Amino acid sequence: MNQDRRAFLDQTGALLLLTGTAALAWDFVSIGRAQEAPGYDVHAHWWGMIIDIEKCIGCGNCVRACKAENNVLTDHPGTFRTWVERYQVRSDDLDRPTVDSPNGGYDGFDPITEPGEGVKVFFVPKLCNHCAHSPCVQVCPVGATFESPDGVVLVDKDRCLGCRYCVQACPYSCRYIDPRTHTVDKCTLCYHRITKGLTTACCEACPTGARQLVDLKNPADPVHEFLRTHKVHVLKPNLATGAKAYYHGLDGSVR
Amino acid sequence: VANRFENVQHVIRVALIFAIGLVSFFVLRGFFVPSDFGLEGFYRAGARVDAQALPLQYAGEADCLTCHVDVADLRAANRHKAVSCETCHGPNKAHVDDPTTVKPARVNAETFCVTCHAKGAGKPAFLPQIVAADHYGTACVDCHAPHKPRIDAGGEAAARRPE
Repeated sequence: MNQDRRAFLDQTGALLLLTGTAALAWDFVSIGRAQEAPGYDVHAHWWGMIIDIEKCIGCGNCVRACKAENNVLTDHPGTFRTWVERYQVRSDDLDRPTVDSPNGGYDGFDPITEPGEGVKVFFVPKLCNHCAHSPCVQVCPVGATFESPDGVVLVDKDRCLGCRYCVQACPYSCRYIDPRTHTVDKCTLCYHRITKGLTTACCEACPTGARQLVDLKNPADPVHEFLRTHKVHVLKPNLATGAKAYYHGLDGSVR
Repeated sequence: VANRFENVQHVIRVALIFAIGLVSFFVLRGFFVPSDFGLEGFYRAGARVDAQALPLQYAGEADCLTCHVDVADLRAANRHKAVSCETCHGPNKAHVDDPTTVKPARVNAETFCVTCHAKGAGKPAFLPQIVAADHYGTACVDCHAPHKPRIDAGGEAAARRPE
């Protein structure tokens, strides 16, 4: 083969350079082609949740299930993707309820056997409302949190700076900083489960059916019948967040 | 020919700096912004798919019922029919994946039954509630079979019920 040194170096150099560039380019392309769960059409769903206060017994099963399913810290105060609050409302002071949530309801509640004259007691499970117009998404400076096309508010932990703007912006206090990663963490509505046709861990573990995952885009979902026959309410409707956690039997004292 | 550009040298210089700036902007952007950013909105579309990849802990009732049909039938005919398996038995995806070696932990009925059934204000009337201290003082499962909680008159559990 008749080839001088210069031509050889030129060709090899070009080849090395191009291979490297191509590999880099392919990396970028392949990121964009991450595999969706098989058979899942992101545009065919609009997820939300129905919470029936009348059925909640304050057992804390949902809180325990959520932490187990999503690897949420159990020994750190304030790391809850879902939690249960207990309200005690005096009939002569409806605006100032006594609220307790020991360890988020993780260990259940010490039963109140004597609630006192004229005191109403009930439990309110809380979680991310997966707002359609989320205040938390609007304030994120880097696009690390977003409303997915199927109506779930998610966090991109690789992009999150941990600046805490969204923690302040959420009117429902549903976000916290994960001390392990120093990035924000929140309920994903068990996105890894619902995209595979399962229900969320909290709904799976709820013994009374007080919590129900609903798909508002699915015409066969019982949610449509429920919403037609029941009076429901969202938390802080005055903020126009488009919250999709629909509460049945919600008391006006709940904040 | 050199004279032709003599009076626009300063413009060319500025244009060159601008061009270099523009090119380096796009090169740096290519490095720092993932290519799937913005495909669906102001976020990395792959992050949504990443969120689907988390491992399961709760298998879901359908998986349990592929094997435990007898228990399911018994439960379906009794009061715990609406309570899913993993509500009491805990997350058991590992058991579903490897039924022979991974066994579900036993439910500690002493402490678990009362998380629902302890009498307390705020619990709905449909839920049977007891004050544990006043309730016979024996283990729950001595009388109440969890998959068939109601005590049959004259049944085996009723015979064991303390007076």
